[in-house]
Amino acid sequence: MDHILVAKDVSKSYGDHKALRNISLEIPENCIYGLLGPNGAGKTTFIRIVNQITYQDSGEVLFKGKPLAPEHIAMIGYLPEERGLYKSMKVGDQALYLAQLKGLSKAEAKKRLKFWFDKLDIGDWWGKKIQELSKGMAQKIQFIVTVLHEPKLLIFDEPFSGFDPINANIIKDEILELKRKGASIIFSTHRMESVEELCEHIALIHKSEKILDGKLADIKKSYKNNIFNVGVQLERDANALLKSLETDFQILSSHFEQNEQQLDFVVKLPTNNTADILAQLSQKANINRFEETIPSANDIFIQTVNDRENGK
Amino acid sequence: MGSKLGLIIKREYLAKVRNKSFIVMTILSPILIVGMIVLIAYLTKVNDSEKRIVAIFNESGFLEQEFKTNENMSFVQFRDISLEEAKDSTSTKGFYGLLHLPEASNLEETSKLAYLYTKDNPNTQITQQLEGIFQRKLRKDRLGNLGVSSQQFSTIEKPFELNLATFEGEKSVKGITEIKAFIGGAFGYAIMMFIIIYGTFVMRSVIEEKTSRIIEVIISSVKPFQLMLGKIIGTSLAGITQFVIWLISASGLLLLVVLLMGIDFMALVQEVQSTPGAMNGMSQFSSVLGKDSLLYVREIVNIPWLLLISSFLLYFMLGYLIYSSIYAAIGAAVDNETDTQQFVFPVILPLMLAIYVGFFSVFSNPHGPIAVGFSLFPLTSPIVMLMRLPAGIGEGGVPLWQLLLSIVLLVATFLAIVSLAAKIYRVGILMYGKRPTYKELIKWLRY
Repeated sequence: MDHILVAKDVSKSYGDHKALRNISLEIPENCIYGLLGPNGAGKTTFIRIVNQITYQDSGEVLFKGKPLAPEHIAMIGYLPEERGLYKSMKVGDQALYLAQLKGLSKAEAKKRLKFWFDKLDIGDWWGKKIQELSKGMAQKIQFIVTVLHEPKLLIFDEPFSGFDPINANIIKDEILELKRKGASIIFSTHRMESVEELCEHIALIHKSEKILDGKLADIKKSYKNNIFNVGVQLERDANALLKSLETDFQILSSHFEQNEQQLDFVVKLPTNNTADILAQLSQKANINRFEETIPSANDIFIQTVNDRENGK
Repeated sequence: MGSKLGLIIKREYLAKVRNKSFIVMTILSPILIVGMIVLIAYLTKVNDSEKRIVAIFNESGFLEQEFKTNENMSFVQFRDISLEEAKDSTSTKGFYGLLHLPEASNLEETSKLAYLYTKDNPNTQITQQLEGIFQRKLRKDRLGNLGVSSQQFSTIEKPFELNLATFEGEKSVKGITEIKAFIGGAFGYAIMMFIIIYGTFVMRSVIEEKTSRIIEVIISSVKPFQLMLGKIIGTSLAGITQFVIWLISASGLLLLVVLLMGIDFMALVQEVQSTPGAMNGMSQFSSVLGKDSLLYVREIVNIPWLLLISSFLLYFMLGYLIYSSIYAAIGAAVDNETDTQQFVFPVILPLMLAIYVGFFSVFSNPHGPIAVGFSLFPLTSPIVMLMRLPAGIGEGGVPLWQLLLSIVLLVATFLAIVSLAAKIYRVGILMYGKRPTYKELIKWLRY
């Protein structure tokens, strides 16, 4: 697979504070790459290096195989976490200004802006000042400005903060469409819910170091720990059943609903072989639910960070 | 890259020029300034025309003919009443005061016993004038006793003025050094005002980008240095626009006012020049204006204007760039304007120092050690050197090496300060939170 961006052993210090420690990342073309980590982990520093706002102390960043250079700036679109617009400047004027700074001609910028303003149904905001708009409205403008020059690499730092759920959805759809059209996207966040829906690849950054990266599906698979959610319909006593199961398996939790004779429990198996337990259960009860618990990105995140902390 | 700088300059310029308070200031300032001048001139006129009436109650018979109405005093005579009655009628009629000359055997005695009664403490000018009248008469009297005739007396009294000339034999006039320094001072003062006003604009504009959080969006497209430079240039162009508008409209307005109101223009000029802050030379200037005005005009024309204006532009440019990049760095270091005080004060200090040192030491000795020192020191040279330059270069003026050294030092400082300021700016614009200390600022230089 081709990579749009490759970071090799990138380190960066601010005085005594080490912001990035030997970070190596490979971001594939045309995918949504989640850059995850708690606040202050070093995500923004890495993104600023990619945007050439600041420079690494050591290591190398390659954009399409070539070391990052000023001409790449026009191929990158960046929506920073700390974002805003000139308060007293008209929406249209400042969108034009920012687009021209990215290298678009005035005429081309105008054409594309009109397209996007129509698409997001905000055509009548052109002559308004930012201070007349709500925060969510300003975010929409910001999104347009980020993608207007059709960058090959898009970097969104907490893109959904400041959006209400409806507009967040609109933006999410736009991001997916940009990906369909061929853009590569780095998606930086500490909110895991959005990661599950969007990202194919993730990297976890914690305390300036990368502690995990890869395909989200693979990572999830490797974090499965043979825990199953089971629901059975009983005719007899629930305790007897649980007791007999406990000899062979580890019951993590259980709940019995007397009225409906329904027993729900979570069980951890020694291997991923489910034949034994299914055989035992099917003799004694009527199985109406049996599913493997797949860890959420959030679980993985917390577990990895905790392992890391305890391991040290 | 170049076109991006152009875009930034254009945006900064338009943002400034379209700003409402900027427009209001641009329009109102000339009106205010002209209004002030007119008001001062008017008040002076009113003040002058207010004549004080002093009642004379002369029981002595001396000094009868001496109290003559002049431009700020006139006199009325009381006769054949008592002193108390005289005092009463003075105050009921609203006269300024009552001068009582009691009866005595001679002028000396009368003068000793004479009193000026007033409601409040009498005006110094009035008492001086009255004393002058006594003084002159007493002198004449005493000299008369020594056998000096009144004709001889008027010969003695003829005023004397020293003739002045340069070594080349050209006739020179009093106060020309001060006039020259004053012209240079005006240029220096203009530079200081421009730096403080537009430096603050640059700083505000940086703070605005920080607080509105647009800064990171922009510097993902352009280099921070380009943004800083574009901001400084754009703001100064707006400033120059404003200055030009002021200059044109103020002179137009002034002309209009002068024509409409028929104000005595020469009196106005004198008045402006003798307002507080002007030196002794200025009043001398005014007093001899009539006689020697041609000489003054010649001296003023002889000032090396081309040199002065071209060095004004050079010093202005370099000085402004140095200071406004410091202002930009300050703006980047803080989150809001209230936090700037601590950093702005040390910046204004050398400017103020330059102005005061300039007015005190350059006026009295344009080529003395202090004047030379401050005109070489790069943070004060834009102002102090300009005050020295009207005297010209070379003999009698600024030695050429001093001018060149000062420019070299200024350019070197410019390069050093701009690169340091750019570093602080680059780091500061992305820093939010608490106000940094000087120690932290120095740390930023190494990031």
